[in-house]
Amino acid sequence: MNGEIQPMMMVVVALIVFGIGLFGLLIRKNLLIMLMCIELMLNSVNLCFVAFSKMHQSVLGDLTVLFVMTVAAAESAVGLGLVIAMFRTLKSVDTDQIQILRD
Amino acid sequence: MTGSMIAFAAFSTIAIVGSLLVIFRRTPVASAFALVLVFFSFSGLYALMGAHLIAALQILVYTGAIMVLFVFVIMLLNQDSPITDIKESSLLFKGIAGLACVGMVTVLINAALRVSGLAPTNIYTDQKIEELGGNLRVISELLFTDHLFQFELTSFLLLGAIVATIALSKRQRKGGVS
Repeated sequence: MNGEIQPMMMVVVALIVFGIGLFGLLIRKNLLIMLMCIELMLNSVNLCFVAFSKMHQSVLGDLTVLFVMTVAAAESAVGLGLVIAMFRTLKSVDTDQIQILRD
Repeated sequence: MTGSMIAFAAFSTIAIVGSLLVIFRRTPVASAFALVLVFFSFSGLYALMGAHLIAALQILVYTGAIMVLFVFVIMLLNQDSPITDIKESSLLFKGIAGLACVGMVTVLINAALRVSGLAPTNIYTDQKIEELGGNLRVISELLFTDHLFQFELTSFLLLGAIVATIALSKRQRKGGVS
C-alpha cells in the first residue's frame, strides 16, 4: 500500500456504488429516482474508466469519460422529457401506473 | 496515513453513504441533494487520481447541468411530498434484488482484480504527462487529432437529444394524440 492510492481501491468504491445504483433501480418504482440511480451507475462506470486508465498509464479512459458524459447528459434530458410526457398522460410517475396495454 | 489517503477515505465514504441516501430517502428532493453529494465526492476522487479535467467537468456537467434539470423537473411535477413506493415491493423481491446486486458486484470486483495484473502500457506515465504539459493538454490534443470524428459525432447525438426532448415535451394541440 505504502501510502499511495491504488487505482484498484477506486475501482472497488466505484463498483460498490454501481451495486447500490442497480439495487435502487430494482426496488424503487418512482421514475425520477430510477433515473437518478441510472446516473449513479453511469458515474461509477466513469470512475472505473479513469481508474483503469490510471492503472494502465494511458489517458484513453479519460477520453472515453468525456463521451460517456455527453451520452449521460443527452440520456437524462430525453429521460426527463419522457417522465414529463408520462406525468402529463397518467398524472403519476409511478411505474406501476403504466398498464395501458394490460387493460 | 498520508493526506491523500485520508482524502480518499473521506470521499469514498461520502460517495457510498450518499448513494445509499439516494435510494432510501422518501422525497425526490432529498434524493437529488444526496446525488449532488455523490457527484462532488466523485469529483474529488477524480482529482485524487490526477484527472483534473474530468474532475472539473464532473462538477460542471453533472452538478451544474444534470442536477439542475432533475431539480427543475421535480419542481415542475410537484413531487415534494414523501412517496412510499419503497414499501410496496415485497421483502422477498428486495432480498432477491439485493442478493443479485451483491453477486454482480462480487463478480465485477473479481474480474477487475484479474485485469489489474496486466502490464501497464507505459505510454502516459505521470512524468510523461507532466512533460507534455499536463492532463488537460494531453487529453485535448488526443481529442482533436485522433478522436476528432467521434467528437464531431457527439454533436449529432446532442442535436438528436434536443429534437427528441422538444418533440416529447411540446404541448400537444387540442385533440392531438399525446
